[in-house]
Amino acid sequence: MSSEPMSDTHILKIESLEAKVATENLDILNGVNLEIGKGEVHAIMGPNGSGKSTLAKILAGHPSYEATAGRVLFKGQNLFELDVDERSRAGIFLAFQYPVEIPGVSIANFLRTALQAHLVDEEELDIFEFTDMLTERMSMLEMDISFAERHVNDGFSGGEKKRNEILQMAVLRPTLAVMDETDSGLDIDALKIVANGVNKLTEEDPEMSILLITHYQRLLNYIKPDFVHVMVDGRLVRSGGPEIALELEKDGYKNWKDSGAVSSGVPKTA
Amino acid sequence: MPQNETIRDLQLDEYKYNFVTDAEPVYRARKGLSEEVVREISAYKEEPEWMLDSRLKALQVYESKPMPTWGGDLSELDAVLDEIYFYVRPQDRMEHSWEDVPEEIKDTFEKLGIPEAERKVLAGVGAQYESEMVYHSLREEWEKQGVIFDSIEDGLKNHPDLFREYFGTIIPTQDNKFAAMNAAVWSGGSFVYIPPGVHLDTPLQAYFRVNQERMGQFERTLIICDEGASAHYIEGCTAPVYSTESFHSGVIEIVVKKNARFRYTTIQNWSNNMYNLVTQRAVVHEGANMEWLDGNLGSKLTMKYPSCYLVGEGAHGEILSIAYSGDGQHQDTGGKVVHVAPHTTSSIISKSISKGHGRSTYRGLCKVHKGAHHARSNVECDALLINDTSRTDTYPYIEIEEDDANVGHEASVSRIGEEQLFYLTSRGISEEEAMAMIVRGFIEPIAKELPLEYAVELNRLIELEMEGSVG
Ligand SMILES: Nc1ncnc2c1ncn2[C@@H]1O[C@H](COP(=O)(O)OP(=O)(O)OP(=O)(O)O)[C@@H](O)[C@H]1O
Ligand SMILES: [Mg+2]
Repeated sequence: MSSEPMSDTHILKIESLEAKVATENLDILNGVNLEIGKGEVHAIMGPNGSGKSTLAKILAGHPSYEATAGRVLFKGQNLFELDVDERSRAGIFLAFQYPVEIPGVSIANFLRTALQAHLVDEEELDIFEFTDMLTERMSMLEMDISFAERHVNDGFSGGEKKRNEILQMAVLRPTLAVMDETDSGLDIDALKIVANGVNKLTEEDPEMSILLITHYQRLLNYIKPDFVHVMVDGRLVRSGGPEIALELEKDGYKNWKDSGAVSSGVPKTA
Repeated sequence: MPQNETIRDLQLDEYKYNFVTDAEPVYRARKGLSEEVVREISAYKEEPEWMLDSRLKALQVYESKPMPTWGGDLSELDAVLDEIYFYVRPQDRMEHSWEDVPEEIKDTFEKLGIPEAERKVLAGVGAQYESEMVYHSLREEWEKQGVIFDSIEDGLKNHPDLFREYFGTIIPTQDNKFAAMNAAVWSGGSFVYIPPGVHLDTPLQAYFRVNQERMGQFERTLIICDEGASAHYIEGCTAPVYSTESFHSGVIEIVVKKNARFRYTTIQNWSNNMYNLVTQRAVVHEGANMEWLDGNLGSKLTMKYPSCYLVGEGAHGEILSIAYSGDGQHQDTGGKVVHVAPHTTSSIISKSISKGHGRSTYRGLCKVHKGAHHARSNVECDALLINDTSRTDTYPYIEIEEDDANVGHEASVSRIGEEQLFYLTSRGISEEEAMAMIVRGFIEPIAKELPLEYAVELNRLIELEMEGSVG
């Protein structure tokens, strides 16, 4: 295992990452660099199709994508050496942009199995403690307890699916949460509830780091990012503070979009 | 009876057999099917003349019918049938020993947590497992209500008129080759009668029936659920049944009279050398309700299509089936609903899972006869394929002779999706567990109808089956 001494501040380090669709010659990420420190909140914004979800899925280990260059260190360890389930148990959580339906499997059963898998050394999950915990987490997210018996995402509304993602996150309590457009599909009240839930989790564990992918400034009013990055054509072309989000809200991506090759990280008009 | 001084390796070594000293007259089991064998069976069971005649006629029908070619591959069956014993007296049962039971089967028992005593029964070794205490108190209660729950042999002996009135009327000998074979050589099975208006809360379990040839090769069951009565009959178990025989052909006949409700649940998991060809049919009268809940696992080839003949106005029939085919297995299953009377309704829900080189076939018939106006039927069959090599086919036959019939059919084939696996594993669940979870979810609509202990066993079994399916 090619692990490095863990730097005490970086939880995630992405170096010159390039990636393509595994079955095709289609490059999507063209050299991504990103460092996330303990307890930091980073937001990535960027036009449709720029590669945001691809980055998120590569971190979680989706088999459709293949890293062709660069590397990713998670807590100092080469992330690509871990299988999908191992990454989860190591502390990475991906809240899906498009959550998947699993007919016939109840949320309670699913989460119990997942949490059991996270326990080490054959430790048995106490079913009563689990039920109490699940009930508490559901009420934190203002979900009706009857949801626990519904089948995972099966027939859920768009907003219910997103809230269910955050429920899973609240139960599994990752060290790095990657949230891919959790805000889209949520109504105004639901957005607040979900954001409050996430903030509750960061209160519980101030070292939890967050990578948010969003199209809208709105979410960032509730979950305050330390850094905002702009992704265009598979690269992070600009990084800075929350003010970037405000700028984008005003001007959109026009300064970045039509540049055939944005390599300098500087917008054309700058 | 010298049950344990048994004839080991009877099939292999006749010589040994001759040395067994037995107080009983020497009875020589014969391979293959012949008139002598049929006569011997009937004589041994001390049957009335009419039954012997019925058996002999059935033998002729059997011999006159060609081997069916429309379903699973039976091309090697003739050779198999030449080599089997069509009747072995209970006391002559070949007692193979525990050591002979294949390791993988023992392993499955272990993993399923089947109690020691039960394992031996399932493996065909040792005494029958009996919950005698439970059974006796239930039996007393049932007897008070006039319920008959007997072996088929005792049914014929003790209730000859009732028996004769219904036997062979639901599935006539001419129905198909294997029904005819069963009618010629049947042995073992249940005889059940529920009197009018009697409601049984506790399921009748074949499991409880003491001291009978429970897992006979040619079992025959006859059930009469009289007017306004209701009951549930359960047979089989999810643990693999190991048998040195490689052929099983049962016939199950059920009559559900006016306004009665009956459910027949069976789960069978045969070892994969087995041909399992079963005919199950219910005749459902006015306002009555029949449900078949059928689980088929294991075997080399299973051909089984539980059916409901809806002969009375407003009758309802339901068939729920789960089939699981692993490597080298073919489950050719489905259901038949025949609407004869007006305002009859039916539904078939079939779920199949194929793994490795396994193959599942759905074969179903929905027939609406002239006069069965306002019939409604819905068929849903879903197939799940685990590997690229797994296979499924669907043959839904629909014959409608009434214009206003409302018949729906939906079929789906799915594979365990990469996205589903990714989603579950991204929560820390291993790939094998994730597969098992998806499969369990797939059959959940049917599994939830099973008695709890069966559902639990079935889930564990699926987990075992998913081991090594990743890759
Ligand atoms: N499996 C795949 N096969 C083919 N093309 C793909 C695949 N996955 C992603 N792409 C393409 O890669 C590009 C980046 O997709 P991605 O989903 O990462 O974009 P995104 O930034 O998340 O967009 P959005 O804001 O719309 O969610 C798109 O052009 C997409 O069509
Ligand atoms: Mg996206």
